[in-house]
This record gives sequence, C-alpha cells and structure tokens, in this order.
Amino acid sequence: MKLLTHNMLTSKCIRGVNVGYPLVINIIRNMKLFTHNMLTTKCKKGVLVGYPLNIKASDIRISSVDFNPDFISKIIPKIDWPVLYSAAESIGHSENLPKEAPPEDYETNEDFLKIAHKALLEVEVVHGELVCPESGRKFPINNGIPNMLLNEDEI
Amino acid sequence: MAKSWKKYLLWFAQEHIEFRNAEIESLLSLFKIEMRYAQKPQSKEPFWIVEFSSEGDAQLLTSRSVSLRNCMELWGHEKSVDLLHNSLRKKCEIFAPYFSPNKSFKIEVETYCKHFTQQEKVNKLETFNYLPIEGQVRLNNPDTCLQYIEYYGIIPNDPPELPHDVFFGKCVAYGLRQLMKKLSLKTRKFIGNTSMDPQLSLLMANQAKVKNGDIILDPFVGSGSLLVAAAEFGGYVFGSDIDYLMLHGKTKPSRIRQQKRASDESVRANMQQYNLEHKYLDVLINDFAMVFWRDSFEFDAIITDPPYGIRESTEKVGTEKPNYTVSEEHLATHIPAKIEYGIPSIYKDLIIFASKHLKVGGRLVCWFPVLRDDYTVNCLPKHPCLKLLANSEQPLSKVTSRRLLTYEKTKHPSVDELSLEGVTIQDFREKYFLLREETRKEKRHKEAAIRKENWDKYIKNKQNCAE
Repeated sequence: MKLLTHNMLTSKCIRGVNVGYPLVINIIRNMKLFTHNMLTTKCKKGVLVGYPLNIKASDIRISSVDFNPDFISKIIPKIDWPVLYSAAESIGHSENLPKEAPPEDYETNEDFLKIAHKALLEVEVVHGELVCPESGRKFPINNGIPNMLLNEDEI
Repeated sequence: MAKSWKKYLLWFAQEHIEFRNAEIESLLSLFKIEMRYAQKPQSKEPFWIVEFSSEGDAQLLTSRSVSLRNCMELWGHEKSVDLLHNSLRKKCEIFAPYFSPNKSFKIEVETYCKHFTQQEKVNKLETFNYLPIEGQVRLNNPDTCLQYIEYYGIIPNDPPELPHDVFFGKCVAYGLRQLMKKLSLKTRKFIGNTSMDPQLSLLMANQAKVKNGDIILDPFVGSGSLLVAAAEFGGYVFGSDIDYLMLHGKTKPSRIRQQKRASDESVRANMQQYNLEHKYLDVLINDFAMVFWRDSFEFDAIITDPPYGIRESTEKVGTEKPNYTVSEEHLATHIPAKIEYGIPSIYKDLIIFASKHLKVGGRLVCWFPVLRDDYTVNCLPKHPCLKLLANSEQPLSKVTSRRLLTYEKTKHPSVDELSLEGVTIQDFREKYFLLREETRKEKRHKEAAIRKENWDKYIKNKQNCAE
C-alpha cells in the first residue's frame, strides 16, 4: 500500500468512530533474509534451479533481535553469501556487508557478526513479493509471511 | 582418576509414564552424561534409584527434564522407618557439613499415595531429632533442602499400613514441572483446535535434543505450540503450514467463549508472549508436498505433529480435473484447490524430507496415529538413513492411540533412498472411518434387535391378557 492511499483513508465509517484519522500502520510479522537465503522454486514444473528468488519489497522493517554471536557464526557457513548481499542491496540494507564472502576470521570478528546479525535477522520484509528468477512467478509476502502455495496447474 | 559414584533418587511425576525412558535417554545423550541404574526401574514406579559421578550431572539432567519432579542425593533408603533411622544415625558425621551453624535448612516430609495431616507430618519430622543440626530453619530458599519420603505403592485406594520404602536425602535439583504452567494453553495468546499441550511439546523438544542455537523446523506448524517448546530450550524456529488462514490468525477461534480471534494472533505473538521472539525465524505458507528449501539446507531437528485427517484435514494442492489450468483473468485472486494428501504420502514425504534436510545426528520427532489392535512395529514409517530410537504410546481412545517416534539420521541418503519406492505406510484415517462405520452399523443392528425383542414381548403380553 502506498502512503498516498494511507493518507486518504479514515475509519470513520465504523459506528462510534468520529474522526478515525490517521490510521496507525501496525507491522508485526516479517520475513527474514536468512529465510530468503534458503528458498528455491525448483519444485515448480519446468524450473531447474530456481535460485535465488528476487525480492520486491514494498515494506521493510528493522526490528531488534537479541544478538547471539554463537548462533550467527554457526549459520554463516550455511549462507549463500552473494545472494544475501544482493538481497540486502535490493531492499537498501546492504550497509557494511561484505560483497563476496564473509571474512576468514568471521567466528571471532564481532563487528562483522553484528553486521551479519542485522542483515540476517533484523531486516524484515513486511509486505512485498518473492519472484522466481526463471518463471517470473510471484509469491506475495503479507504481514511478513510469504505465501509459497502454487496453483494446481503449476505442480 | 576413578570417578566416585553416588546414589541419587529420581522422583517422576506420574503422568505420561511411557515417555519417561525416552526423555531421560535423550537428555543423557544430549549432555553426554553417564548414568547407572542402581536398581532396575519398575515400569510404573515413580522412583528410580540411579548413580551419577557428579552432582552437576544430576542437576543438569533434572533441570531440563519435564517428567522429573526432583532429584535428591540419597542418604538413606530402607524398607522400614526404624531401619532408616538406624542407618542414618550411623552416618551422621557425613551430613554434618550441611548442618553447620551458618547454613540454613529445611526438611520436607512427603508421603506417596497416603494422606497424612500436617500434625502427623510434623510428628514424623520430630523423629529425626538425632541429626546434628546447628543451623537455622528457613522454609524459603534454604541452603540445604532435605527430603524424607514414605512410599506406599501406587494403588491409591488401598494403601498399606506401613510404607514399602522410605527415602531420606538432600534435594539437588527440580524438574521443569513449573514450565508447563507457564506455557499453559489456557493462557496462550494463539491456539488452534489441535495445539499440543505444553508437557508433550517440551517432551518432544527434549527427545529432539534441542539445544541453544539449533535450527528447528515444524513443517505442520499450525499455531506453533511445538515451536514454543523448542524455542524455550534455545532453538531458533521455522514453521510452515498449508493453511493460510491459520498462519494469519484468521481461522475460527478455538476457545469456546471467543467470538472472534484478536487481530494480532499469530505464531509470532505466542513467541512474544513468552519473551522468545528473538528465537522466531519465520513461518511460511507452504504445501509440504512442495519443498521450497534449498537442497543443501540442513536443520538440527524436525519436530512435528502432522494432521491425522480426523480433527485436522490432510490436504495438499492439486485437482482431480485433468489438464486443468487457471485462466488469466482469475489468476490474481485464484485460491488453489486441494486434494486428499493421505497419511501414507505425508509420512513418506516426511521421512524422505528428514533424511535429506536433517544434519547427520539430527533428530526427527513426530507423532504417528495407529489403531491399537493392528499396531505392530512394522507399520511404522522406516527409512534406511533414519534410526528409530524411541517409540512411546499415548492412548487416545479405546481403539486408537498415537505414538511419539524419535528418529536419528545416521548417514546421507543415496539417490535411491531419496525416492523410496515401494514403501507402504498404514493409512490410519481410512481404517479409522471404516471402523467407525462398522461400529455404527453394529450399534444400529443391536438397537434394532432390542426394539424387536421389546415389541415381541409387548405383543405376547397383549395376547396373554386377551386370553
């Protein structure tokens, strides 16, 4: 939803509401880039690799998540790094993230782990779409929950 | 250096007895603790006498267990009260360090399966007056908590005159019984019709050996009750479910007095409620038959309760119509149709998924519904890369039960093992309804027979009267 639309909406049609303006935007559910890094669309008929999915984000939120350096350094080897970088870049949150690969000393490099922590767990797409790079199929993200259901004719 | 083994008494809560062994075995393996049985545990008895080489081990095990009430270092165990006092009198100097003047203490008197008044308990307490006690009594948070237990067997309506066993010792740790209250479904923000109760959820997380920093998946997440338990033990959790309305908290409310779900009900809201939000990764709307995860992604554990097709439907996306296509104009708002997934296919997909997406050594913990009469070990799902470690039954009704299965991945699957042709898994749902159908029919016949009998009697009486 555009903020212009938001600007034009009121809830005064509800009985008992007089002004109903401006409406509060409540963002509570979000998808993390870590999840994006693990998803492919290769289960779809005719798709061979289906990775990485493109992200079209219309609503991004940064939430605060407790920093757990052990967990972050444990998942770094599981991450496809260039994919993470370009995903973060595509939604404008690639600050300080290395482009190619994590540093060699990532396990002990706390500054880096904090940057990775933010990109992986704190940046969230609230509303948007995931787009299959091969078929162009779009998967909507609503309230931060991606809808990966395929249609009957796509299986 | 030789380890010095000491005796400990494990006191279990008398609930879900079948699951005790599996939980304790899993925790011993999780913490790499060695435990010896001083006495072979009897299946239903709530007390196990075991040995640990350090108090730390006993504490570690107990403080993570849901089945355990508490654990005490056993100072005395006899068959009668007098014998206990005799043996304790001889060992008094061993306890002396716990009773020094600067240490507070309390003694709890517990009687198992027989009720005593407070006064009677105090009288029992007085019989320990020979203990070399110098410290102060403090009931709240004492330095040393001693426990005296009289065990009258497990048949509550006819306890014997004198206890079978008496135990005395020092409490070293308490189990997680409190946590069940904290996670109670009664006070949980978001629940569904088949939310798992906290005790079983925690048991599942323990059997999956969830530890801090593990990545856990529940592919049939529903309201996320299994994820709450896994996150409580430090797991980072993913969930997926085919039900869009469920994950967005828009289904009919499950509480009887609730007209409408609150606008912010969600799996995430549950995690928030218990201050576990930082352990929440994501939930996806996803048909389990269609795997969206990257091939190389491995989970540390998969904990799940798939639908059995009775209270929650077993569905996947699909259609019976041949060559069906969604027309362009309907594409934007099309909601995919669903067809029966079937228990055999769900479990087949689940074990193949687990064999591929678990790390080696990672565990799959899931429920499997069975009809009790035809259950044999052979009807359980099997996979060459998954080793079945535990299999405990929870009866659901006279004829049905579900079994909690714990598998451990032993190796990576070969190409053949990923398709797993020729595996047959019993279809619980089909049989369940067949059985119900049968009994309903039988019931109708029985009722008809009774009616006929009454009618015949009535006619006979009438004839007799007329004569």
